[in-house]
Amino acid sequence: MLTAPPSRPSGLSCRQGRKGEVHLQPGLLGSQAQEVQTRWRPSPCFGAGKRSPTKMIHSLFLINCSGDIFLEKHWKSVVSQSVCDYFFEAQEKAADVENVPPVISTPHHYLISIYRDKLFFVSVIQTEVPPLFVIEFLHRVADTFQDYFGECSEAAIKDNVVIVYELLEEMLDNGFPLATESNILKELIKPPTILRSVVNSITGSSNVGDTLPTGQLSNIPWRRAGVKYTNNEAYFDVVEEIDAIIDKSGSTVFAEIQGVIDACIKLSGMPDLSLSFMNPRLLDDVSFHPCIRFKRWESERVLSFIPPDGNFRLISYRVSSQNLVAIPVYVKHSISFKENSSCGRFDITIGPKQNMGKTIEGITVTVHMPKVVLNMNLTPTQGSYTFDPVTKVLTWDVGKITPQKLPSLKGLVNLQSGAPKPEENPSLNIQFKIQQLAISGLKVNRLDMYGEKYKPFKGVKYVTKAGKFQVRT
Amino acid sequence: MSSNSFAYNEQSGGGEATELGQEATSTISPSGAFGLFSSDLKKNEDLKQMLESNKDSAKLDAMKRIVGMIAKGKNASELFPAVVKNVASKNIEIKKLVYVYLVRYAEEQQDLALLSISTFQRALKDPNQLIRASALRVLSSIRVPIIVPIMMLAIKEASADLSPYVRKNAAHAIQKLYSLDPEQKEMLIEVIEKLLKDKSTLVAGSVVMAFEEVCPDRIDLIHKNYRKLCNLLVDVEEWGQVVIIHMLTRYARTQFVSPWKEDDGLEDNEKNFYESDDEQKEKTDHRKKPYTMDPDHRLLIRNTKPLLQSRNAAVVMAVAQLYWHISPKSEVGIISKSLVRLLRSNREVQYIVLQNIATMSIQRKGMFEPYLKSFYVRSTDPTMIKTLKLEILTNLANEANISTLLREFQTYVKSQDKQFAAATIQTIGRCATNISEVTDTCLNGLVCLLSNRDEIVVAESVVVIKKLLQMQPVQHGEIIKHMAKLLDSITVPVARASILWLIGENCERVPKIAPDVLRKMAKSFTSEDDLVKLQILNLGAKLYLTNSKQTKLLTQYILNLGKYDQNYDIRDRTRFIRQLIVPNEKSGALSKYAKKIFLAQKPAPLLESPFKDRDHFQLGTLSHTLNTKATGYLELSNWPEVAPDPSVRNVEVIELAKEWTPAGKAKKENPAKKFYSESEEEEDSSDSSSDSESESESASGEQEEEGDSSEDSSEDTSSEHRSDSESASEVGDKRTAKRNSKSKGKSDSEDGEKENEKSKTSDSSSTDSSSEEESSSDSESVSESEREPESRKVAKEKEKKKTKQDRNPLTKDVSLLDLDDFNPVSTPVALPTPALSPSLIADLEGLNLSTCSSVISVNTPVFVPVKTHVLLHRMSGRGLAAHYFFPRQPCIFGDKMVSVQITLNNTTDQKIENIHIGEKKLPMGMQMHVFTPIESLEPEGSITVSMGIDFCDSTQTASFQLCTKDDCFSVNIQPPVGELLLPVAMSEKDFKKEQGMLTGMNETSTVIIAAPQNFTPSVILQKVVNVANVGVVPSGQDNIHRFAAKTVHSGSLMLVTVELKEGSTAQLIINTERTVIGSVLLRELKPVLSQG
Repeated sequence: MLTAPPSRPSGLSCRQGRKGEVHLQPGLLGSQAQEVQTRWRPSPCFGAGKRSPTKMIHSLFLINCSGDIFLEKHWKSVVSQSVCDYFFEAQEKAADVENVPPVISTPHHYLISIYRDKLFFVSVIQTEVPPLFVIEFLHRVADTFQDYFGECSEAAIKDNVVIVYELLEEMLDNGFPLATESNILKELIKPPTILRSVVNSITGSSNVGDTLPTGQLSNIPWRRAGVKYTNNEAYFDVVEEIDAIIDKSGSTVFAEIQGVIDACIKLSGMPDLSLSFMNPRLLDDVSFHPCIRFKRWESERVLSFIPPDGNFRLISYRVSSQNLVAIPVYVKHSISFKENSSCGRFDITIGPKQNMGKTIEGITVTVHMPKVVLNMNLTPTQGSYTFDPVTKVLTWDVGKITPQKLPSLKGLVNLQSGAPKPEENPSLNIQFKIQQLAISGLKVNRLDMYGEKYKPFKGVKYVTKAGKFQVRT
Repeated sequence: MSSNSFAYNEQSGGGEATELGQEATSTISPSGAFGLFSSDLKKNEDLKQMLESNKDSAKLDAMKRIVGMIAKGKNASELFPAVVKNVASKNIEIKKLVYVYLVRYAEEQQDLALLSISTFQRALKDPNQLIRASALRVLSSIRVPIIVPIMMLAIKEASADLSPYVRKNAAHAIQKLYSLDPEQKEMLIEVIEKLLKDKSTLVAGSVVMAFEEVCPDRIDLIHKNYRKLCNLLVDVEEWGQVVIIHMLTRYARTQFVSPWKEDDGLEDNEKNFYESDDEQKEKTDHRKKPYTMDPDHRLLIRNTKPLLQSRNAAVVMAVAQLYWHISPKSEVGIISKSLVRLLRSNREVQYIVLQNIATMSIQRKGMFEPYLKSFYVRSTDPTMIKTLKLEILTNLANEANISTLLREFQTYVKSQDKQFAAATIQTIGRCATNISEVTDTCLNGLVCLLSNRDEIVVAESVVVIKKLLQMQPVQHGEIIKHMAKLLDSITVPVARASILWLIGENCERVPKIAPDVLRKMAKSFTSEDDLVKLQILNLGAKLYLTNSKQTKLLTQYILNLGKYDQNYDIRDRTRFIRQLIVPNEKSGALSKYAKKIFLAQKPAPLLESPFKDRDHFQLGTLSHTLNTKATGYLELSNWPEVAPDPSVRNVEVIELAKEWTPAGKAKKENPAKKFYSESEEEEDSSDSSSDSESESESASGEQEEEGDSSEDSSEDTSSEHRSDSESASEVGDKRTAKRNSKSKGKSDSEDGEKENEKSKTSDSSSTDSSSEEESSSDSESVSESEREPESRKVAKEKEKKKTKQDRNPLTKDVSLLDLDDFNPVSTPVALPTPALSPSLIADLEGLNLSTCSSVISVNTPVFVPVKTHVLLHRMSGRGLAAHYFFPRQPCIFGDKMVSVQITLNNTTDQKIENIHIGEKKLPMGMQMHVFTPIESLEPEGSITVSMGIDFCDSTQTASFQLCTKDDCFSVNIQPPVGELLLPVAMSEKDFKKEQGMLTGMNETSTVIIAAPQNFTPSVILQKVVNVANVGVVPSGQDNIHRFAAKTVHSGSLMLVTVELKEGSTAQLIINTERTVIGSVLLRELKPVLSQG
């Protein structure tokens, strides 16, 4: 089976050597050949001091949690999978997946990776490139998969490998991003749906769009042309997250509000929207979707834009730090580990603090218990709890708070006998949700539409959530 | 790690082994290794059959399976002949998949791949741009050397394609061709040069990428496109923005002078790392020279600012690094907010951003201090993020916040993540050394940690305490004793070694303990770590020297043990120490100094940030992240000491200039025109040559200057020029355009004597007799080249190598006087240019500005005040409130109208319906364009409408009725006189000419008295443009500020001059035909300028 590659170079003269490099197939010759190949790269043919011509993203490998490379894509010559060994090495060293360094230097390449949804996206880079450029792009790829397949998982990618390949082909040309806007991609390659796959299998038609997209070519590259809906609607979700660190005594060490406005716009034609706020000054630091006209915002604090079709994130913002952040919940806690005894006490109670008269729901408390904890015997007054003895994670699903009877969780902690007691009590990570409230007080004033005649349905929803909300104990 | 073994398999077993490994891991085919080969063969056989079938669906299925194979890294090359036949398939999806296949395998099967080429060539001519583009993409992705000429041809054609999308693909193809055959470089550069001129935002990013790949050193290609790129930047797609910003950062560092020198004083003693030695020298030399930023430099900084709000982290980082590397230090601060925002993003983004912040925070604490709490560590952060945050916290620590930080650190020390806890202890050590106030507190805290249960924590504390004690001249005997006790319990080698070293160093202060420690160590010597053994030897030697009575035997015992140690390092050390300390006949002179050698005062270690020296890498780059130079890293050059000729960035305006030239003057232009067209032909080649020429010239000018004894005078004048260019930054384009025409004249002067004569006449005829124009040209090289012929004519006895000292007075007095003789007619060659550049800006900004004549052209407003006036108070309007303000834009309803924006607010809790303008009571001649009635205004709603009012150049009130469904309110708008104007761009020369015609009763003037600090150019500019919508006229003199505008209705000129006099007085002069408005404006300006 080992077919020799055609027309192998006989001599190693400069010119031929380079050709040889093109011919060499690491897939056939193994990684030793690969080594040789890359060592030849800056051959004197190019002249000393000149850069060898390369490009940004050379190859992409998708690796699952157990370390299998289940997809590879190369944009130029093939890079052997063995390059991922360096990545595995780093992964082993890091112990925790979260700690794998995003940038790894290997003798001939650089590996830039992201970790998303239990998958590693490892890209192979050959030359200097802003690392964030690659990271941001890889995340965009993962977002696109998510968008297309509903989830960005190994199974989904394997099932749709052809679409994945077509997507990657469109998203990156010669290692440089080509089309990354979801609207454009969806015109080029239709996302799979059950109905379509049934129809396809009967009619033999395909996922690839047969009409060619126009968006890429117009000056509104994010919107596809010829959008038509019978129900024209525009919905905005104002989602605010409270990031906070609360210290032992209950005082706030750090708190800020981060918000996003996600839009779901299904409007026909080319609508030109402008969204204004009652109190735009609240928004301190804003980042925009490219569709937003920056100048209008600067001068009038109005978000004026021609939206992409479908779901997208319009802006994300931070509320100015001068404003005091209302902390909607408090936690009373008493966690203690007895010296010279293999048990400890655990007792936490959650109560509402400044909730603006709304119910706080979806409360979940997650605690990473110290390693010496063997098991926990707890009784919740409300909700249910789980403790994973392997990862030592305690999760308490509380649900809603009813102020009449505050939810609490108390009981005993079994420790490994003989081990020293943990010095620090674990911090509590709290999740919650408050519907119909933007904790910063941000309010959308109005949405106007120009450019189209019909009257759209409009809607705004406010939600406040806990972001990185941590209580130290 | 299973796949590791596969990879190794692959090494020995070749390609098929990979396949084997993949098969085994994937669940699709669990067949055994040997069965696989046969099954694979079979599979391929049926794939071939499917590909050859007539049905598209079968073909598609086959192709999908093949792509699946490629995706898994399996070899599908033997299917090549079967696949390549389908390249001409009508089915788009099959075609696409065939393309995918071809790109992957064409290189291996070159002969067969050639079969497909003709298909692509045909597709390149397809009427559909997307088909053309994708054909080019695939054609250029097939790495077959034989088709290089075809690719070259295709790229050339595509680069001239009408569709920007195809041109974008052509730009991508350039890189591919270059990597296939670098010998095409020159041809490719030509294509790049052509594409760089492209005005499409789609192309810009890709072509700059190609430029960076192929010829990053050809900075000269950028010059002409610099301004265009800056202006397009906001509209380029995100990825292109990153590439362009990085390229422009490098460009700016080669083309502009450093904006940092002046700011040095503001930097509170923070060392400036960028200041290389020669720059330092220059700084001292040119201390007095005020720095003014090149308008192009400013343009870049200004146009990148909005991108800080991009959603793309890479763009934000790119802008941040641009600001860090090229903006004045006082402006860098604005990036911190955006960088902190990125910390909300994914861990990978956080990692990179934190690294960059760490580097920045070392140099400039102030930037990130307000965001201190954003760097607080959460227990859920990954360790690498935690340590980076800690690093930044350390950098930001100062006297004011250290107590808060230490409290925070206390939490961290207890962290379950011991690696992080250890890092915190090091951090505390660093804070203790950096901030002397807390040294003792920190030390006490660390000593407390010595009783910690966790060994890593204790070990780390020991090491840090050791470092701290070494730094402290004050002795801490107690701590040392405490640590000596720890030796019994602690096992971490580094910590043990540190304790031993400490005891050895301080053996004379703990005379009782030290020998005892040595005794214990002698016992355990053989079981110690190498590191500890070395320290035991050291301790022994030191004790032997200070306390030989008690320790002589012990030391010798240890030395004997060391002699037979397994580690050669320890054996070596033993031998060395023995020779040094034990006196014998062979020991030389050195042993006398043994004590000095061993117990010398050791310098305290510096606890430094690992990010300390990272800033020599450009921020945001891979090299910065890795802290090593990555392949292909392009060094950011140091600022040039003298800015290269800025005129190289002037855009070609010659053809336009012809169009704009007034017909009557065209005749005089003839000789010049002829020359221009010639130079155009040779443009490509002469560009670079004139470039280098001007550089060398300016360099020689610099040398002369340095050699000159009376440097100051020349310094002053040159600085004057510079400050002019600053104040005129808004109209800089215009002037640079003018310079352009001169540099043309200059390059001409090289072409030959005869030509030289010709150009000289055109040149001299163009130069105005009246004066200042000469001094308005700010570049030395330009002025030199320009004056060269003049000076020869004027004073032939003077040598060509006139020094600068001579030249300057020459420009001011001699030459100008002489020029009077030369130029009987003042022909405004420069006249067309002011009309051009604003229109260039206008094109780019999408503003439609009308020009009323070649001289007076409306400019964009310098400044738009946000002040609003009340039209209708909500109390009197029954809940309807209205405010108006003047946006200073040309009115879209009529060019004699002033545009007014009215914001209507509904403060009631009911809808207000049918808001419209009712009866108008306008004075004679006044006209008004009303806004379209507003159907309804929601409660709490507000709406902004615009209308136009022709005020007939008077400040008379426009009264009208603002009506709702139910009510009518009488309102009126009285325009401030400053809003009746539109800014005008004109040159100083024109200004003077016009002013000369508007004297006598057309002139009003007054004297202003105010504090001198109100008379800085920026303050005056700001005050004047705040009151009146005027344009700035570049001024040749520091003490005269000129502003020009025209009235909206009649278009009469309104010239404002502020002339600074001795002391704290200034003269304000207004020249205009409309004397009434002139005097009103004078009345308005006077108090504004005089108040503080």
